[in-house]
Amino acid sequence: MTDTLQGAPASGAPVLSLRGISKHFGAVSALTEIDLDVHAGEVVALVGDNGAGKSTLVKILSGVHQPSAGTIQFRGETVTLNDPSAALSLGIATVFQDLALCENLDVVANIFLGRELDPLRMDEVTMETRSWQLLNELSARIPSVRAPVASLSGGQRQTVAIARSLLLDPKLILLDEPTAALGVAQTAEVLDLIERVRDRGLGVVMISHNMEDVRAVADRIVVLRLGRNNGEFAPDASNEDLVSAITGASNNSVSRRAHRRHAQAAPHAPEAGQ
Amino acid sequence: MTDSRNQAVPAGEPMLDRRDERVAHAATFGDTIRAFLDRIRSGDLGMLPVIIGLIIIWTVFSILNPVFLTPNNLVNLLFDSSTVGIISLGIVCMLMVGEIDLSVGSVSGVASAILGVLWVNHGVPAGFAILAAVAFGALVGFIYAQLYNRFGMPSFVVTLAGLLTFLGLQLWLLGSTGSINLPYGSPLVRFGQLLVMPAAVSVILAALPGVLMLYTGFRTAARRKAAGLSSQSSAAIVTRAVAVTVVAEIVVAYLNQGRGVPWMFGLFVGLVFAMQYALTRTRWGRSMFAVGGNREAARRAGINVRMIYTSAFVACSTLAAFGGVMAASRLASSSQQAGTGDVNLNAIAAAVIGGTSLFGGRGSAYSALLGIIVIQSISSGLTLLDLSSSLRYMITGGVLAIAVIVDSLARRSRVSHGRA
Ligand SMILES: Nc1ncnc2c1ncn2[C@@H]1O[C@H](COP(=O)(O)OP(=O)(O)OP(=O)(O)O)[C@@H](O)[C@H]1O
Ligand SMILES: [Mg+2]
Repeated sequence: MTDTLQGAPASGAPVLSLRGISKHFGAVSALTEIDLDVHAGEVVALVGDNGAGKSTLVKILSGVHQPSAGTIQFRGETVTLNDPSAALSLGIATVFQDLALCENLDVVANIFLGRELDPLRMDEVTMETRSWQLLNELSARIPSVRAPVASLSGGQRQTVAIARSLLLDPKLILLDEPTAALGVAQTAEVLDLIERVRDRGLGVVMISHNMEDVRAVADRIVVLRLGRNNGEFAPDASNEDLVSAITGASNNSVSRRAHRRHAQAAPHAPEAGQ
Repeated sequence: MTDSRNQAVPAGEPMLDRRDERVAHAATFGDTIRAFLDRIRSGDLGMLPVIIGLIIIWTVFSILNPVFLTPNNLVNLLFDSSTVGIISLGIVCMLMVGEIDLSVGSVSGVASAILGVLWVNHGVPAGFAILAAVAFGALVGFIYAQLYNRFGMPSFVVTLAGLLTFLGLQLWLLGSTGSINLPYGSPLVRFGQLLVMPAAVSVILAALPGVLMLYTGFRTAARRKAAGLSSQSSAAIVTRAVAVTVVAEIVVAYLNQGRGVPWMFGLFVGLVFAMQYALTRTRWGRSMFAVGGNREAARRAGINVRMIYTSAFVACSTLAAFGGVMAASRLASSSQQAGTGDVNLNAIAAAVIGGTSLFGGRGSAYSALLGIIVIQSISSGLTLLDLSSSLRYMITGGVLAIAVIVDSLARRSRVSHGRA
């Protein structure tokens, strides 16, 4: 079932290397013994069902949660990420699933939060120009960068969160469902952007439930199931294999559904029987 | 990626921030007014309620007793406003991060006691005594912050404990005599009771904000234009600066009909401007807003949230202590009554009445200035009417309740209009 991919093209040295990462929330084991490698210039897609522990893993890598066990190596050195600023200063940028924006602040303030230019006399003009550049790269449809984030739509907020992650020139970008709320054009821009970022030699970890997006950009697909590694696939792996790794069985709701639809489409085919 | 290409937008293309055709941008004067009304309607009230409240209060009191609006009464009002106003400025910091300090009255009382004991009883030079009192305030804030950060004690519990503790300390410091008189004629007491600006100085100082607005306004407009961003029209900049200057000069001219503008009030206003600058133009201030708006988001952005809370607690207690010193100089004594009674609530009420939200992440330093003038106006007006303090307390309480209701309703409206 877990047909681990052998000899995947490891482009460059691993930027990030996780060994035996576990995380417990009280009695809940959100992650158990997770191993993960991300190389420079590589897009790793992290997939799994709801509650599989994807966001928890991202939060550990961004310093929001501390792992209960395991080691994190970043660019060859073992690191401890005690808080988000530690991860940020190492060059790990994150777009969180819940975006983590301050609704009372405007778009520019959110993009530059914690790294404003000229701390004692903020350079609003440069910050605003830079914000527009970042947003335009993402084809953002944002009416005004001086409006509080509370007035933006879900997709607009997501774009702001992505723009923010690009500001710092990171070494590794973690994207937790970056396209979940985006329109067609904006999704395409984000996928383009992921490819551009990869071509610049950055490592990218992308979480998505959209297999089409995942196949489009990922170099490797890592499956989590119930907080454990459950196989690695190449982007051209069959849908059946992926789904069964994600759900944990070859006879699952997705395959049953596909089977039913197939049966309806071809009622006279031999497999149409019960 | 960190380069900032500041080249102007090529001719013919819309400016960077004017490319979305769905947004109605204020182009004419009428548009500006309309945008302003829209903002008010959506619950982004800013300072409007307090200004309306002030106009109502002044109208009512001047009808009831014409003495109220005489220059000298207003000068007294400004003297009285300055002490609690400085304390209220610290409360603005606490409310900004969504916390509260209930002990500012007691801390100010201890500060005035320290001043009296050191300066009068022990002969320490006044400057050092003031410094000691203010340093005490900073220490108190630091201790509060440690209790809050390390043990997760809610700020109102920590500071409620502080309220009692420091009331006790104040009584103990002042001992059996209960009050220490500060020497009349000393510069400190003269500062608190008598010193007013020469007319010329006050006129020049009143022109300063307008000049600064012109300077920064044109400078920003030029930089924005160079960067390809929309900018305020020169007419708008000049109009605003002239309006502010005219109002300030009228106020100063009127006060100069009486004793003149108190230096202590000048100091208070200076602190207000400094705080407003710190809150809106520095990274520290931005972090204060962020922590008050969404603590977890601020943490994930790499902000040292604990340090921001510490700075808020320290700023609040330090300003409370400094306000206590000013109150002592105003009363020419350090007494057991200093900082008790309504000082605490007036300081908190002033910040809220002035428009700083109790819910965190929203407010301005100006709210301390406007709010305390409202409260002192009520107090002064009722005193002129010979009403007892019982009624004064009840009316101030009512005004605070109204301010909190306005804050809550405005917040609800902002949420539904996407301006939270
Ligand atoms: N702060 C927390 N406290 C307790 N349990 C948590 C916490 N965060 C996550 N969990 C638990 O950990 C498990 C994994 O959650 P996680 O958010 O990582 O899932 P996910 O893979 O991101 O799911 P989704 O696809 O729905 O986003 C869930 O069972 C969840 O209930
Ligand atoms: Mg998730």
